[in-house]
Amino acid sequence: MKKTSKVVEYNKWGYIFLIPFTVVYAIFQLIPLISTIYNSFFENFRSGLKQIGPNFIGFANYAKILSDGDLWKYMGNTMIMWIIGFVPQILVSLLLAAWFTDPSLRLKCQQFFKTVIYLPNLIMASAFAMLFFTLFADSGPVNSILIQMGILEKPFSFMSSVTATRCLVGLMNFLMWFGNTTILLMAGMMGIDQSLFEAAEVDGATAGQIFRKVTLPLLRPILVYVMITSLIGGLQMFDVPQILTNGSGDPARSTLTMIMWLNKHLYSKNFGMGGALSVLLFLVTGVLSIAVFKMTGTNTDK
Amino acid sequence: MEKKENGASVHVRRVIAYIVLILLSFLCLVWFYILFVNATRSHQELTRGFRAYPSTHAFENWFNLMHSSQPVVTGLVNSLVIAALSAFLCTYFSTMTAYAIHAYRFKLRKFAYTFILAVMMIPTQVTALGFIQLMTKMHLMDSFIPLVIPSIAAPATFFYMKQYMDSVLSISLVEAARIDGSGEFHTFNSIVLPLMKPAVAVQAIFTFVASWNNYFTPALILHDDNKKTLPILIAQLRGADFLKFDMGQVYMMIAFSIFPVIIVYLVLSRNIVGGVTLGGVKE
Repeated sequence: MKKTSKVVEYNKWGYIFLIPFTVVYAIFQLIPLISTIYNSFFENFRSGLKQIGPNFIGFANYAKILSDGDLWKYMGNTMIMWIIGFVPQILVSLLLAAWFTDPSLRLKCQQFFKTVIYLPNLIMASAFAMLFFTLFADSGPVNSILIQMGILEKPFSFMSSVTATRCLVGLMNFLMWFGNTTILLMAGMMGIDQSLFEAAEVDGATAGQIFRKVTLPLLRPILVYVMITSLIGGLQMFDVPQILTNGSGDPARSTLTMIMWLNKHLYSKNFGMGGALSVLLFLVTGVLSIAVFKMTGTNTDK
Repeated sequence: MEKKENGASVHVRRVIAYIVLILLSFLCLVWFYILFVNATRSHQELTRGFRAYPSTHAFENWFNLMHSSQPVVTGLVNSLVIAALSAFLCTYFSTMTAYAIHAYRFKLRKFAYTFILAVMMIPTQVTALGFIQLMTKMHLMDSFIPLVIPSIAAPATFFYMKQYMDSVLSISLVEAARIDGSGEFHTFNSIVLPLMKPAVAVQAIFTFVASWNNYFTPALILHDDNKKTLPILIAQLRGADFLKFDMGQVYMMIAFSIFPVIIVYLVLSRNIVGGVTLGGVKE
């Protein structure tokens, strides 16, 4: 009897410890989210010096944004550039993490390699994009090197080629995130009970078999985490293309991402369309996240 | 040790691993080497094409940058303050939130956990519109508060902490502390936090980096030149018609934003990468 009441008394601390999160979340996320949704139902923008609205117009902003081709174009841009970066990122990270944690390989200089591959993640994305812009400029060092090596005869204009610009964005995202992903996956792999590997080895499994049949399945929770965070990060892609193209998304708006578009609405104070775009992004993120959860069979019960 | 029945031998696999690692390391470092070399060259030298060795104009470029119109030193300090405070608040309070869900059985526990997992998917950008409107109404534009305080509620960090806690913190430890008369808040600070150190270290780095890198929100909040962070200054450099600029100075400014972090990282890297390796889940 006495014990039960004590336990209940302890458990009220659960609420107390949740207070900071709840209060901060409510003020800085929940209220802004609700007011963003609210804004999406209003006509509210500036036309020259004149302020139009806010007038309630129901779903008209949504109808406009969905029937307009721009949304699909920018969503396509975002996903293409995310995939260009993510596919090599997850493959290389899995491979490196497996190598680093494989006791039979006994790789030397592990510390050095881990330090180097994690390095680009610490680099400010905007400074990194600015660096790439200067390096790949028509008169920049990359063109200069390629001409000196005899690969090119005259400078290649990276920033006017759709493929080259998208690939540069993908390359930067890959470089910035594969070290981080490797370290996360390594932490997951080191958490696997070593006796499982030993047992598989005794049974005569090859390194490839151990990786596919033991490591991968046990790694699933951390893979889910990596995929969700990368997917969300990909949809939020902004800094790199924004700085690389100075916000224009050139050539021909082929690198203009969803968030760059939203950013344009926020700066021009087009709150109605900005709100509708935000809500759509919110829904797309939600649907994709649920799909990833379902696909990988994670349960949130625990 | 040797397994030669099928598949590549350990020796061959090791050679392949080294080759791939060296290529990837080159791919990671070459950009920063070019940046370093070019930051030491004068504008005239740069227009003549790339050379792979450093020149002698580093000090001149540095002097020009320090006396340019860009408030780079203020920007660096602003970035540091915001990122450090965010990292501290985020890890401390995310661990606290994870502990609330992990250690206590209360009525709304399941709801709170599901709610936090669900909102983990919401990118900050989709609430940016309402966020700016609210911050304007609260007179918090041009303040660091909207960039620091929200990190207290970081669902992704919470998720990582919760998963880590599931594997390292047994309730019996908490109960033992209770029997010894430790208060709940004291138990959290003196027993739970130290146990969570590896996870806190990893997440502090990630949060610091995210805040340091952040361009989107600060660009919307900070308009006063003395409040601007480094990413905003870099964006301004890109926005200017910079081909007219002294290119040596442009490279020096990029180097200024990048190299302090690289140096600090090289000093701490053993702790950073080692901390993650230590973070391996122990039974």
